[in-house]
Amino acid sequence: MSSPAAPGRVVIVGASLAGLRAAETLRREGFRGELTLIGDEPHEPYDRPPLSKQVLAGRASPAHTALVRAPDLEATWLLGEPAAALDPHTRTVTLAGGREIGYDRLLIATGTRARPWPAAEEAALDGVFTLRGRDDAERLRAALAAGPRRVLVIGGGFTGSEIASVCRELGLPVTLAERGPAPLSGALGAAAGSVAARMQRAHGVDLRANTTVMALEGDGSGRLRAAYLSDGDVVEVDVAVVALGAVRNTEWLAGSGLAADARGVVCDAACRAFDADAVVTDDVYVAGDVARWPHPHYDGLLLAVEHWDNAVRQAETAAANLLREPPAPLRPHRGLPAFWSYQFGVNIKSVGLPTIADEVVVTQGAVADGRFVAAYGRQGRTVAAVAVDSPRWLPAYAGFVAANLPFPPDLHASDAPDPLRPVPAGLALDDRATHSPTAAVTGDGPTASDRSTHRDPRSPLTAPPL
Amino acid sequence: MTDTLFAQVLDEASRADPYPLYAQLRRTPVSRQGENLYAASTYRAVTALLHDPRISSDERKSRTGAGALAASGRLIEDGDERRPGFIFLDPPEHDRLRAVVMRQFTPHRIRLLGRHVETLVDELLDRRAGQTTLDVVDDLAYPLPVTVICELLGVPREDEPRFHVWATALARTLDPPEGMSEEEVARAVSAAAELRAYLVELAGQRAAHPRPDLLSGLLTDASGDRMNPPEIIATMALLLIAGHETTVNLITNGMLTLLRNPEALALLRERPDLITPALEEVLRYDPPVQFRTRTTLTDVELDGVTVPAGANVALLLASASRDPERFPQADRYEPLRQDNQHLGFGGGIHYCVGAPLARIEARVALGALVRRLESPRLAADPPPYRQSASLRGPRHLVVEAARVT
Repeated sequence: MSSPAAPGRVVIVGASLAGLRAAETLRREGFRGELTLIGDEPHEPYDRPPLSKQVLAGRASPAHTALVRAPDLEATWLLGEPAAALDPHTRTVTLAGGREIGYDRLLIATGTRARPWPAAEEAALDGVFTLRGRDDAERLRAALAAGPRRVLVIGGGFTGSEIASVCRELGLPVTLAERGPAPLSGALGAAAGSVAARMQRAHGVDLRANTTVMALEGDGSGRLRAAYLSDGDVVEVDVAVVALGAVRNTEWLAGSGLAADARGVVCDAACRAFDADAVVTDDVYVAGDVARWPHPHYDGLLLAVEHWDNAVRQAETAAANLLREPPAPLRPHRGLPAFWSYQFGVNIKSVGLPTIADEVVVTQGAVADGRFVAAYGRQGRTVAAVAVDSPRWLPAYAGFVAANLPFPPDLHASDAPDPLRPVPAGLALDDRATHSPTAAVTGDGPTASDRSTHRDPRSPLTAPPL
Repeated sequence: MTDTLFAQVLDEASRADPYPLYAQLRRTPVSRQGENLYAASTYRAVTALLHDPRISSDERKSRTGAGALAASGRLIEDGDERRPGFIFLDPPEHDRLRAVVMRQFTPHRIRLLGRHVETLVDELLDRRAGQTTLDVVDDLAYPLPVTVICELLGVPREDEPRFHVWATALARTLDPPEGMSEEEVARAVSAAAELRAYLVELAGQRAAHPRPDLLSGLLTDASGDRMNPPEIIATMALLLIAGHETTVNLITNGMLTLLRNPEALALLRERPDLITPALEEVLRYDPPVQFRTRTTLTDVELDGVTVPAGANVALLLASASRDPERFPQADRYEPLRQDNQHLGFGGGIHYCVGAPLARIEARVALGALVRRLESPRLAADPPPYRQSASLRGPRHLVVEAARVT
């Protein structure tokens, strides 16, 4: 237990998963002072993963996504008004309406928002949606329930693929346009993406890979009518969902002197924010989707992770460090990135960082059976694993990644293919902001080696399929 | 090698309280305990190995063939008629057979059984109403799960005395063979043969006249990955023994724990709704399955120890669940414990198939015992234990009470 004496006031900017878990950790670790949470949405903290699954399918109400929380939090909730500025010298957060909130310690957990469709007029058409929050989910659910002729999903990352999956579950015709060679290829590589592509087509998705959406067109009354694709097709649709990834909520930190930009807020492994001169602060902490930090397992590369699991654990670490009184040691945030998805009837789980891999190999099961584990390697060591409908093996692979097991890993698993057949992972290794990777190296790191190029969507994929 | 710590765990003298031995074993997370035998004792080591694809449940792959006799070939003669139950198999075969069984464990079946459990518990305890003593094992913890598993599988309850003998003999074979006499081995071998013959005959009846039970369900399964007849027999034998030899210990260990912790018992009398976390804590604190043995498929390095390929590894589930590195106050029974990811039902791909059923039975049984025993106390502490070290629990648990209501 930390000394409850100092600090007196803790302010958490961001009232979603990371903010809430940080607040709970503060109280659990003995913090008795004033605790304030600032959130831009009017809702109390809720869980996002169901929004693109059960909520969209109409099986769960958005109201049922409220996060379970400690009953004795005794916090002040300032909801419905975003923070607009930070002055670390006077230790003041200013809200959009001008109200000033002072703090002794600050935690930044402002997360991300959906990347909007770049053409504002087209984005404003009736029938064009993004999906990030509860209200987005409710609006999109209602639009899908109304039975549109066809849905266009723009972007085949995890969110886009999950939305396409729900559409098929609801019996709706759906076209998915993905800029890369296959769905999920940005996060898992073209080889694994080829498996996702087969899965989507088998479920009746009109999949257009290596294809972008050039324009959205409305009718006379401002309703979405059609989409123009780079493959030359014009698709008539009533609903388009823009699933082009997330934008980090850092604009409010402009002028604060912190090392914050579109890629996130830089902090150290103890979650302490850096200022623009790369000097670490001792009163501003960062956690969740908005954080970038040097992960000890990845040679200190700055990592940004948009995963549920990371938000929880980084928030807990940040909160514990925030309360720490020297000489107590700082805790490092060093857990491996991990996430799950559910789409087209299968569970997909991953651990480690597939985005930095150069090779991938099926280590257990068989792609043809729809159940398998694939390990990812980079320069001869195992850096990640993905399990499809085989989630119970993943903890062991986390151990293999942590132990830098040689790649391909020599497991002698009873259900291993014989022989193991590693193939190029098919990842575009570069650091441009991209819509697909939900865990990405955003600092110095591997440079582009096999940047994907546009090609005919019906041509075979270049990366050898798994 | 008779005086290794694990050998002492197997020794009947340690049956009443193996936990101090586990504490000593945890000083070395993975340790050599005999010729080709290793033990994993800490939460971290056991959970890592439960999820490790380099670890096999098929002990026919062991270099020495030692370990559980049930899978070693002494009970399963080669040939296509006899094969191990799916807990002694690896993927992909294991996955296919388990999926077929899981399809039979429908929510509807579980719900029906759950309702029936309440009635059964009431009936069993009514027989002792007005008395001042009760044997938790004979009067409730044994007959309840046996009746339930018979009903689920479709085995006539009146045949129970016959397979009680077989199940007891076969449960012993889950212990490493070092502690078994030749006579016990012979008994187990003949029990296996008799049980199989019995099930073959029963399957013949159900195939001709299907009923709404699991055996009929397996026989009439029309899916592409349905079980063949020898697989059905092996699966039935497995479920029958598992249903016999585990839930009885969960209920009995639970009652013993509550009687040794009067504050917890008083709390549950006042707040019967707390039985759910209280039962999870029993699964952590004194689990019915103490350890399971596995085999390495290749050299596996863990915590600085390299376990060579083909070695037997005892995963000490009960020790892992008492690991103070994972559970604060690990040696205390805390019915309100929050963060309780115990290994009472194992973990990984072999996680107990019957866990939902076991939870229902134990919850209802313990709830009723708490409610209906006035001022209960143990007649003997420790109570006498059954022989098995792996499926560990009291042989009898006599409780004296002011009255059974």
